Amino acid sequence: MASSEADVLDRLGSGLRALGAWIDDRFPMTKLIKEHATEYYASKNFNVWYGFGILATFVLVLQLVTGIFLTMNYKPAAADAFASVEYIMRDVNWGWLIRYLHSTGASAFFIVVYLHMFRGLLYGSYKKPRELVWIIGMFIYLCLMAEGFFGYLLPWGNMSYWGAQVIVSLFGSIPVVGNGLSEWIRGDFFISDITLNRFFAFHVIAVPLMLVMLVVVHIMALHEVGSNNPDGIEIKEHKGPDGKPIDGVAFHPYHTSKDLVIIIVFLIAFAAVVFFAPDMGGYFLEHANFEPANQLQTPPEIAPVWYFTPFYAMLRAVPNKLAGVVLMGTAVLLPFFLPWLDRCRVKSIRYRGTVYKVALMVFAVSFIGLGYCGLQKPTEMVYLFCRIFTILYFAFFVLMPFYSRHEKTKPVPTRVTP
Amino acid sequence: MRIAVIAFVLSLGLAGAAFAQEGAKLEPANNNIANVGSLQRGAKYFVNYCLGCHSAKYVRYNRMAQDLQITEKQLVENLMFTGERPFDTMANAMRPADATRWFGRPPPDLSLMARARGADYIYTFLHSFYAAPNRPTGVDNIVLPGTAMPHVLWKLQGVQHAKFTTDAEHGGAQVFEGFESVRSGDLSAEEYDNVVRDIVNFLDYIGEPIKMQRQQLGIRVIGFLLVFLLIAYMLKREIWKDVH
Repeated sequence: MASSEADVLDRLGSGLRALGAWIDDRFPMTKLIKEHATEYYASKNFNVWYGFGILATFVLVLQLVTGIFLTMNYKPAAADAFASVEYIMRDVNWGWLIRYLHSTGASAFFIVVYLHMFRGLLYGSYKKPRELVWIIGMFIYLCLMAEGFFGYLLPWGNMSYWGAQVIVSLFGSIPVVGNGLSEWIRGDFFISDITLNRFFAFHVIAVPLMLVMLVVVHIMALHEVGSNNPDGIEIKEHKGPDGKPIDGVAFHPYHTSKDLVIIIVFLIAFAAVVFFAPDMGGYFLEHANFEPANQLQTPPEIAPVWYFTPFYAMLRAVPNKLAGVVLMGTAVLLPFFLPWLDRCRVKSIRYRGTVYKVALMVFAVSFIGLGYCGLQKPTEMVYLFCRIFTILYFAFFVLMPFYSRHEKTKPVPTRVTP
Repeated sequence: MRIAVIAFVLSLGLAGAAFAQEGAKLEPANNNIANVGSLQRGAKYFVNYCLGCHSAKYVRYNRMAQDLQITEKQLVENLMFTGERPFDTMANAMRPADATRWFGRPPPDLSLMARARGADYIYTFLHSFYAAPNRPTGVDNIVLPGTAMPHVLWKLQGVQHAKFTTDAEHGGAQVFEGFESVRSGDLSAEEYDNVVRDIVNFLDYIGEPIKMQRQQLGIRVIGFLLVFLLIAYMLKREIWKDVH
């Protein structure tokens, strides 16, 4: 009995090997697995900041899968959209879970992506040779903003409606072409059934397709140059006799086993929100959005969802709408130029000068502060803080070539520290 | 890491101190959706007092009965009056055009009112009607001034007056001081409070019928993840054992 079992396993094994060889003759399967997993070496001293890339990928997959199931019952029509979401919440088996996973996933996506980007600022991950990795990442961020914006209209709640109305009208402040442009975006003179339909098309096909392609390109570019690390040094410069980086460990099984732990920790926090506070006190699902879209009645306060509020606060900071829109656009585009604004050769915050440490801290405070101000009812005090934080946000980028040029850095080690 | 934490705490502190705001003054409803008896009474009051004008068009009778531990026979005999079938949703017969003529606007659907406004809002709203002879309905409401809704529960609560004082410092604005009962209703103040709490509890339940089950499931999901975390951590430690 035992020998025949071993026999079967043997034959199964050789059969699978033959199948693998057959595929490898026709498609670089083994080569891809080696290049991107089993023989992709990344530094062994990754800290928790290095977990947000895999988490962003995880949330992307989560959004795609839950999105497919939502699409099966959602109806992109002004007359049906709101009711179809409630149908999903009440009558579709497990529909409530799918919907909460998707709505919480949207906010989680921005949280992990903001932290992922901040990791780049901490350890200089945008610097040579990773400029393109950073720029592709910024394009992913733009896509994500578009995806969030289009998706937010779909529940057809009153906040969806008026939020979209406000954001589309921003384009109207552009001279000459503005009004035509916002009409072209809406496909109508106001947010309507037509707008909902096209936003649906963008949200479920166009933007996700771009997003997935950009993520693939982001990872390809990263694997070409290799991952950065908390010391900001190139592990490829110290290779062992076998030609592998001494300070690196293979992505699989080393980093994958670590990432699994990170994903589970993330899921625990994520599940806590999904099951116990899916509204997140009105920040993830806004209260006004439980009332259907109403053209005749605005919600008491129209504010975008929290992940847009840092930029929305900048719009509030200036009294002129066009100037505010230009300011907002510039604020989103400035990080694209980071690789060239930063003149310091040292990558990691661990060995950079006090001036950068202070600048980064001020930047983080101003970004979070802007986000907070964007959520508050407008008062003089809020406007004042919007202005202060906006100036600090811009100063971080605009003054960078000057303060980073003559930074007093610490000596950088040649090998990674534990 | 340290920088991020400091930055986060600093910004919260700064912003929080600068914009400490006054919220609207709402009384806590202190309702409990786990209290099935309260939900059953709430359902009774709801179909008797609310459903005549308001609908709950996303709520199915039989799903509600199941969650409230009511048999279909009890449901049909006690909570359904106008020939609906158990799998129908809680619609009402008032035509929007009529409603607009009678009240100025159609009464809103109540399926999601507790999620849109909060249980405390509805609780305070149902306590805050006061006699206002100049209004078409004879009443006004502190929480929603100028409301088109008549005080449907007045026979239970009785009639109350609102006391205002004039705030000379702020341009003579009327400041609400409190209520004064001028005619007692069928119920004592405490009994009325319980009726309102049951209605609010029912509205809280229909806002999200899955809420109870979701919380119970959440405990099991997080329990599973904690066990999985332990196993995954042991796997990670085993694999990383030879890395120095």
